[in-house]
Amino acid sequence: MSLDPTITQPAPVLHPEVIGDRFEGAKDAEGRPLVHAEGTSKPIRARTPHEPQPRGARDRGNRPVDQIEAAERFIAATEHEKAHDERLWDMRLRRDKAAHALPEWEDMRALASQIKEHALANLDTYLGQFEAAAKANGVVVHWAADAAEHNRIVHQLLKDRGAKSLIKSKSMLTDECGFRAYMAGVGIEVIETDLGERIQQLDHEEPAHVIGPAIHKTREDVAEVFARTLGSDPTDTDIPHLASVQREATRPLILKADAGMTGCNFAVAETGTVVVCTNEGNADLSANTPPLHIASIGIEKIIPRFEHLAVFLRLLARNAIGTPMTQYTSHFRAPRAGAELHYVIVDNGRSERLGLKEFWTSLKCIRCGACMNTCPVYRRSGGLSYGATYSGPIGIILDPTLNRRKYSSLPFSSTLNGSCTNVCPVKINIHEQIFAWRKVMSEEHRLPFVKSEMMKVLGYVLARPALYRAALGAADEALRLLPHFVLANSLNTWTNKGRDMPEAPTQTFHGWWREHRGQTRKSP
Amino acid sequence: MRVGLFIPCYMDAFEPEVGVATLELLERLGCTVEYPVDQTCCGQPMTNTGCHQDAAAAEALFVKNFSGYEFIVAPSGSCVHQVRVNMTAIEQTPEVRAVRERTFELTEFIHDILKVSEFPWARFPHKIGLHYNCNSLRGINLASPSEIKAVPFSKPRALLEKVAGVEFVEPARWDECCGFGGTFSVFEPAVSVKMGQDKKFMHIARILNGAPA
Repeated sequence: MSLDPTITQPAPVLHPEVIGDRFEGAKDAEGRPLVHAEGTSKPIRARTPHEPQPRGARDRGNRPVDQIEAAERFIAATEHEKAHDERLWDMRLRRDKAAHALPEWEDMRALASQIKEHALANLDTYLGQFEAAAKANGVVVHWAADAAEHNRIVHQLLKDRGAKSLIKSKSMLTDECGFRAYMAGVGIEVIETDLGERIQQLDHEEPAHVIGPAIHKTREDVAEVFARTLGSDPTDTDIPHLASVQREATRPLILKADAGMTGCNFAVAETGTVVVCTNEGNADLSANTPPLHIASIGIEKIIPRFEHLAVFLRLLARNAIGTPMTQYTSHFRAPRAGAELHYVIVDNGRSERLGLKEFWTSLKCIRCGACMNTCPVYRRSGGLSYGATYSGPIGIILDPTLNRRKYSSLPFSSTLNGSCTNVCPVKINIHEQIFAWRKVMSEEHRLPFVKSEMMKVLGYVLARPALYRAALGAADEALRLLPHFVLANSLNTWTNKGRDMPEAPTQTFHGWWREHRGQTRKSP
Repeated sequence: MRVGLFIPCYMDAFEPEVGVATLELLERLGCTVEYPVDQTCCGQPMTNTGCHQDAAAAEALFVKNFSGYEFIVAPSGSCVHQVRVNMTAIEQTPEVRAVRERTFELTEFIHDILKVSEFPWARFPHKIGLHYNCNSLRGINLASPSEIKAVPFSKPRALLEKVAGVEFVEPARWDECCGFGGTFSVFEPAVSVKMGQDKKFMHIARILNGAPA
């Protein structure tokens, strides 16, 4: 199924000596190895009926996201939950293997953290350097204070050039800016070139994971989306087939697009370079096919010097999926001959975040997704349950800076186990920031009434030994009151969610001590 | 050595035998153990819910109960983590700081302070899978977590290795969270239950059924 009908033979293998006689893949009639995915595709029939995909958090406007309700639905979809949990845990294991193979791993994390903290502490200087270097290279630089300005700038660039279609590689920043919805509103077609992001676009969903936007979907879900949007066979769930169906449908759109857009993984101040890391080469398609390349860059993406890049490139792919490097690490520095290159440098709340004493280091994030992969809550609830652009542990600490009210409940979707902090390649104290956000939400009276009242009552009782003992049950005998005390009466979620109340023993330790150790000593 | 024993509220009510075993173990190791009877809680449920001010009075009571002891020992990593790391709702007087610095989790107390290395009287001829409370593991460093590249260590395991008959079995995802998370288990029951079930099944698979790690 080649795009170009004149090509009937597979392209020659670049290094046949590597394959030799040991090649075990599919071969054509002449015995030559088939090198493309479609060469090995055999239809795999969908299981019927298969479990429908659980959807993300319900839209409640500006009211707090109900992550708990969405997580419950995700867990109820047992096949999806199991596949999701295992897939992400596997990424965590691959990460451990790749990371722990490097003796200098922990030193590299520390170094990356220092570079980022230094860059953030001197952001004005480095942004100035970056802009100057970029201009000297022939890049046009734009500054956007917020999402709306970002979208307007890009729209203006497209309008001025009569561009009607835009191909775009994956960029969390553009998701944060609501870019696709904005462009739909002004009649410009946006085509995502990252496979996962394209699936999500076709299915009208946000990315569920920073590096695997469609990681919550099964192959059956994808077959269903492609059948609905691209007209493919809904019962063929063979992954190479699905990939080629999408490629066949999207490549013509890529080839005729008027403009291209990428995000930015690292912006090098010294050289004015934008570095984009992908595993699909889609940033290169987006940047190099049309005559206009626009790169959207968050101000926190700055690193001071070119030599610093090596530290981050060595960390990023290892930490994300356990590979030494991303398949493509593309450096964009100057416009191609006859083409234009524009940078849109975006703040959108980042300066404000930089001023938050407890939370500014969240700007160090390089979007590897490892905190999501390791998070036991994320793995069991799916990224879309967070109802935000950024999900999982890093989302919990970023989202409230974008909308305090809407994301006030997210810091509670964590067990504070701390694994996220330990896998973070730039050593963000993620779980401590989650803990700190809870305090902020409480102090700003953003906790649900039942929760804040329960804590008041608990705090009152636990400060009064006699009252506490009375609440546990008279004379330490029957502890029948305890369940009600623990759950503050009104919140009987314990026993109706697959749990039993533990059988309360007839005597507390306190009672045992009084009985067996005689006198009750007072505090010294 | 005069030790103040802190028995966490959930243990006091649901697992008093753990409290008794802790007491008897410390006494066997030569400590003079006292249990201040007016103790209640370390303040963790309120603090972890963000309601630090609601924890202040419980924290003050904790300090009042345990001030003056050479060491304070609790058989619970998360309570010790609360005292040592997060007991900040009250003014940090020298008295408060002293209590916070002298509070130890049982196994780290035996390992680091008492430095006991032999238990010739103990025997436990069973396969065991160790589960670490996350605050013990990543909060007060009783053992090295799997994410960090470091020379592995485990204080609880180092002690248990000296007990005759113990055979260790490592379940898959040995240091994944169990899903309790304090008030998390009350407010986010579906995820909490699922995590608990997964944890349970992974231990069962390895320990009872001998599944490969």
